[in-house]
Amino acid sequence: MQNNKPWVQFTEDMKKDYTILVPNMLPIQFGIALKIMKNYGYNMELLTTDGHDIIETGLKNVHNDTCYPALLSIGQLIHAIESGKYDTHKIALIMSQTGGGCRASNYIHLLRKALEKKGYDYIPVISLNFSGLEDNPGFKLTPQMLSQIAYGLLIGDLIMMLHNQCRPYEKVAGTSQKVVDICTRTISERFTGNRMIGYGEVKKLYKFVLDAFAKIPLDTSVKKKKVGIVGEIYVKFSPLGNNHLEDFLVSENCEPVLPGLIDFCLYCIYNGIIDHKLYGRSLKTAMTNQMIYKFVLGKQKDMIQMIEKHGKFRPPQYFDHVRQLSKEIIGEGVKMGEGWLLPAEMVELITEGVKNIVCTQPFGCLPNHIAGKGMVRKIREKYPDANIVSIDYDPGASKINQENRIKLMLSTAEE
Amino acid sequence: MSLISLGIDIGSTTVKLVAVCDGEIIYKRYERHFSKVREKACEMLRDAAEILNNNTIKVAITGSAGLGVAKAGNLDFVQEVYATRKAVGTHVPQADVVIELGGEDAKIIFLTGQLEERMNGSCAGGTGAFIDQMAVLLDVTPAQLDELSLDAERIYTIASRCGVFAKTDIQPLLNEGARKEDVAASIFQAVVNQTLTGLAQGRAIEGDVLFLGGPLFFFMGLQRRFQETLKLDKKHAHFPELAPFAIAAGAAEYAKDTNAEYTFDSLLNTLEKAAGEPVLSQVLDPLFTSQEEYREFTQRHGKHDVMTENVTVYKGDAYLGIDCGSTTTKVVLMGQNNQILYHHYAPNKGNPVDVIKEQLTKLYQLCENRVKIVSSAVTGYGEALIQSAFGIDHGLVETVAHFRAAKHFCPDVDFIIDIGGQDIKCFKIRNNCIDNIFLNEACSSGCGSFIETFARSMGYSIEEFCKLGLLAKHPIDLGSRCTVFMNSSVKQAQKDGAGIDAISAGLSVSVVKNALYKVIRASSPDDLGKHIVVQGGTFLNDAILRSFELEIGREVTRPAISGLMGAYGAALYAMDNRKETTNIIIPSELSIFKHEAKSVRCGLCTNHCNLTVNTFSGNRRFVSGNRCERPLGKGEQKELPNLYTWKLEKLKGYDRILPTGESKGKIGIPFGLNMLELYPFWKTFLTELGFEVIRSDISTRDMYQKGQHSIPSDTVCYPAKLMHGHIDDLLRKNVDAIFYPCMTYNLDEHRGDNCYNCPVVAYYPELLSANVTELQKTDFMMPYFELSNHKEFIKQANKYFGKKYNWLKKKQIEQAAERAYITLDGYYANIRAEGEKAIKFADAHNLPIAVLVGRPYHIDPEINHGIHQMIGSYNMVVVSEDSVCHLAENPNVRVLNQWTYHSRMYSAAQYVINKPNAQLIQLVSFGCGIDAITTDEIRSIIESGDKIYTQLKIDEINNLGAARIRIRSMLAAVEEGKRLAKQ
Repeated sequence: MQNNKPWVQFTEDMKKDYTILVPNMLPIQFGIALKIMKNYGYNMELLTTDGHDIIETGLKNVHNDTCYPALLSIGQLIHAIESGKYDTHKIALIMSQTGGGCRASNYIHLLRKALEKKGYDYIPVISLNFSGLEDNPGFKLTPQMLSQIAYGLLIGDLIMMLHNQCRPYEKVAGTSQKVVDICTRTISERFTGNRMIGYGEVKKLYKFVLDAFAKIPLDTSVKKKKVGIVGEIYVKFSPLGNNHLEDFLVSENCEPVLPGLIDFCLYCIYNGIIDHKLYGRSLKTAMTNQMIYKFVLGKQKDMIQMIEKHGKFRPPQYFDHVRQLSKEIIGEGVKMGEGWLLPAEMVELITEGVKNIVCTQPFGCLPNHIAGKGMVRKIREKYPDANIVSIDYDPGASKINQENRIKLMLSTAEE
Repeated sequence: MSLISLGIDIGSTTVKLVAVCDGEIIYKRYERHFSKVREKACEMLRDAAEILNNNTIKVAITGSAGLGVAKAGNLDFVQEVYATRKAVGTHVPQADVVIELGGEDAKIIFLTGQLEERMNGSCAGGTGAFIDQMAVLLDVTPAQLDELSLDAERIYTIASRCGVFAKTDIQPLLNEGARKEDVAASIFQAVVNQTLTGLAQGRAIEGDVLFLGGPLFFFMGLQRRFQETLKLDKKHAHFPELAPFAIAAGAAEYAKDTNAEYTFDSLLNTLEKAAGEPVLSQVLDPLFTSQEEYREFTQRHGKHDVMTENVTVYKGDAYLGIDCGSTTTKVVLMGQNNQILYHHYAPNKGNPVDVIKEQLTKLYQLCENRVKIVSSAVTGYGEALIQSAFGIDHGLVETVAHFRAAKHFCPDVDFIIDIGGQDIKCFKIRNNCIDNIFLNEACSSGCGSFIETFARSMGYSIEEFCKLGLLAKHPIDLGSRCTVFMNSSVKQAQKDGAGIDAISAGLSVSVVKNALYKVIRASSPDDLGKHIVVQGGTFLNDAILRSFELEIGREVTRPAISGLMGAYGAALYAMDNRKETTNIIIPSELSIFKHEAKSVRCGLCTNHCNLTVNTFSGNRRFVSGNRCERPLGKGEQKELPNLYTWKLEKLKGYDRILPTGESKGKIGIPFGLNMLELYPFWKTFLTELGFEVIRSDISTRDMYQKGQHSIPSDTVCYPAKLMHGHIDDLLRKNVDAIFYPCMTYNLDEHRGDNCYNCPVVAYYPELLSANVTELQKTDFMMPYFELSNHKEFIKQANKYFGKKYNWLKKKQIEQAAERAYITLDGYYANIRAEGEKAIKFADAHNLPIAVLVGRPYHIDPEINHGIHQMIGSYNMVVVSEDSVCHLAENPNVRVLNQWTYHSRMYSAAQYVINKPNAQLIQLVSFGCGIDAITTDEIRSIIESGDKIYTQLKIDEINNLGAARIRIRSMLAAVEEGKRLAKQ
């Protein structure tokens, strides 16, 4: 039945005693970000649930032809609501909304429809967006908060990268995970309190993280194949989405290499600039974005230089360089989904010597038809030694099929 | 004593074993394992005792189901494609390309040039298991299928993407009397097409091609199709003796370099131990925990019985009901008191006409002069054919037949679910009227025939197979998507050592989940209804019935004649609608009844339908496969307004815009996707700039096939895939340049929150430029443009064209743009006017209006397959979404309304609910992700206006069977609604 009742909003009042449930994608980065939000009075909880029940819940509540990330995030949220762990009148949910031209901007509506169908339409859903799509009186991100979160994400990316660089070589299994735990805990504690964290302190934290990982005893005598993971942002990062791809690669004697989350943020910011350049859309947005873009680039540069100075680990490439790399493959106007970022990251990996790449996407992902699968051929024309396999993820795909295809890619890598 | 290296290839359906000594293959075996993977491997090893005994053995396991065995026994494992390459390098070193088809895998390896290896993706059939399934469908052995194919006269179009699609195409062909020989060859052709599109993906297959794997070795017909399609002569096509064993042979090669050495006994010991270790992954709760529970269950369902009386005793009038389904034919003879006098349920073995003839002959004998058949009705896939063959009085759509029968058993019925051989049909009943129809989409029909094929491939009858699952302790969780996915889940389960009972139970649960979550998409039992009647042959299996009750947590009614409901409903309908005299064939005619089927291609319009002309004794003819009435020879009928036809003609009319001066060059426009709306704009614009502008031809199947080799993503929608053909067509037309801009944004019609194009429409030029190699030598123009803001467009166009052609003046570009906008606005205005005209016509003639909502490119005849004509043939005026969306307010949509084309559909839906004689039919292209969002929203708009929502999913499938059922059910429901309103 068509229903014209407006959706429930997240009000100022709710902020006091509501818990905001967050679907998981990146445990490290999200974990730090949520801690920061807590400082600003938001009680947010990252869902860490995993397993088949979530897929089932998703299948029951979302149109089965929608993308897998929608199915999983909505499944995870509803699964949490029904777990009995929470007072359903004291929780709110949050869902991101990029405002781009792919289906991702509609996840929030699919979530609300699912809630309504289940009789939970009183649970407010917050839209996390930067394009003014929706407004929530009780949930406001100030520029100051955003800068703090950006710092958090940068440090989170660093932890993730170093973890991947250490884990396959660790002498005692599990040491690098321990270091991850120590680092996230320490960093979260630094962000706790009523003060702003200054950039100088962030740099100290970089150093702290680098030193902590440098202490892990590694056995680098074994050669491991480096395998890059790129793709649709959710299945690329989320173990729930990609059947624990990183773990699988490690078990196959590989070193997984993942470009960080900050790349995606920079990509989104840069698209505002392109819209002006190509179609003469808002100059104001373009200028603001240009400013933010420069700001974050600067911070990334500092991080890269610190890694280089420290000397023990491989730094990522400068994002603006990565952006340039994409231009020889795809037009910069391709801005839906991961758009031009996807081929850019593939080329980034290849040029830094990571020739084996798993390109992940949800089954039937619209933008990835173009930017993912559609560009593989061209990339291989330019870089003949690139070894790319494209893997689809969805609730019915069997793990063995996916693993077989990855193994096939790896068997070529041996020669 | 010598060193023997042994390769064991454990595939999805077979085990292959090869022993190599001193570089010679000394022993090879190939056997089906019928899901007993581990036992079979041990057995085959024991059989090889003679040659292995007293030798040192090195071994490697390979194959999709081999990993589990290798892991459990700590034996060396080698990836199958890797093993294949090893074998090729040793045995056929000159090969440039290897194509290998296995039970459920298809692989292609390019050896020359850049080494590349590809396996079939998660949505790709066209393999050995597929051929097996198709053989079952034709009721022949795979070997017979092969023999048949060699006598083919013509090839039908059969969808090649996955088994389920192909089945949807084949079934009606069989039902409508196509020659088995032709169908058999078409099946092989579908496999070939699948391999070439799904796997080769743009790389040319040239040089020496080596064909491996069981199917390619055993089936001559398949070999022939590959050779012809790839244009390979005998010298370059290699079908070696080694074909079925190649992977095992490769594994044996690989084994040479491994370290572990065994004696025969130690190896057998290891393998037996590995075989004894079942490890299970995801399991479900058992269907029944005890025999008692099962007994209670059967007693409860025993209650819904039907009265019977023996036909040899009965005297008086009788009513005949026939349900000619996709795989089975059901016949019911019913007496005056609704009692069943006679019934029959049997596979139609590909030719329903023979089955019915046999049945009628038998019936007439049984009836003698006591029983008189006074009225008859037929329903199901073969309805039209049977009706005209035997003079049956009534033909009714199957949904109506089922509802009639269900009402008989449960007068309050509010929900009916019927799982048949190939269809899942569900409908809600509201106000004593079929209200909401759910049919399984072509991609998800994991229905009865799937279980049946599966059972047979494992050597069981379907009854035996289902029974096995009743008391399984740990049913395997197989997921709920399409057949191909389930096949690979079963593969995984087999790998994990799951028994056949667990697989059987798991399949039952999957079928049910598929129906519930994929077709009905229920989230709670209340979504279905309070009084649920289940029926259809598949529900005869207790395992499936039980899974269903467990899954929805509610008890349901299964009439004892669950499998006969369609036929019983038809008999009841025949009784309700008894005519004065029956038309049914009389015994004397029946005895000399003859049936012949011939296939021809209709040449009356561009659809070129494959017609099957059935001739019956007495020179009666029945033609099937037609989309419109023209080939039926009824003479030129007055055509009703049809906006889909009109729009395409109108667009073609813009071809007449020609440059005035000397042409500055020939620019081609691919006539697909958004160009099927923006052609007037670009044609005018570029012509005004001084170019000669031509478009590619209207899409055809042939054009698609010419371009399909460069499609990189096999799951993208068909309209997008067709673009490759359009580019190919333009290149053949020797254009100087091709113009196809990228457009993130569409025109802003102010109907929603934004005005995007979908990602595929927006950026397909990028994909074409990256994948169609010929475009590298062509001037392929794909600037990024937005048309919403005129000034801004002129600026951008000036930047792009001014730079490219320095002779162009800004003034000229401005003028061209202005004219282009005027032309486009004119086109839009014409569509709106034509829409209003069509509506006026419908109102004046008291005709129903079908608002066929889709996107501009759905007017392409290769995309819509003539659906609009088919709808028109039911006496409806067809209008498009863009011809009526201006007639309604923008509805309040509960999703982000951000795509221009889709916004129009919401408004068109709003129009339908305010227009009494209009019905909405939504066209959905398979793979259109955006429609996963729009379909739900449009449904809810339509239902808020108490109308019936009908959705037609279309793909490359060139068959309208399912579409017809939906349209007819919708019309029947509308009629019934009107009738009830009058009462």
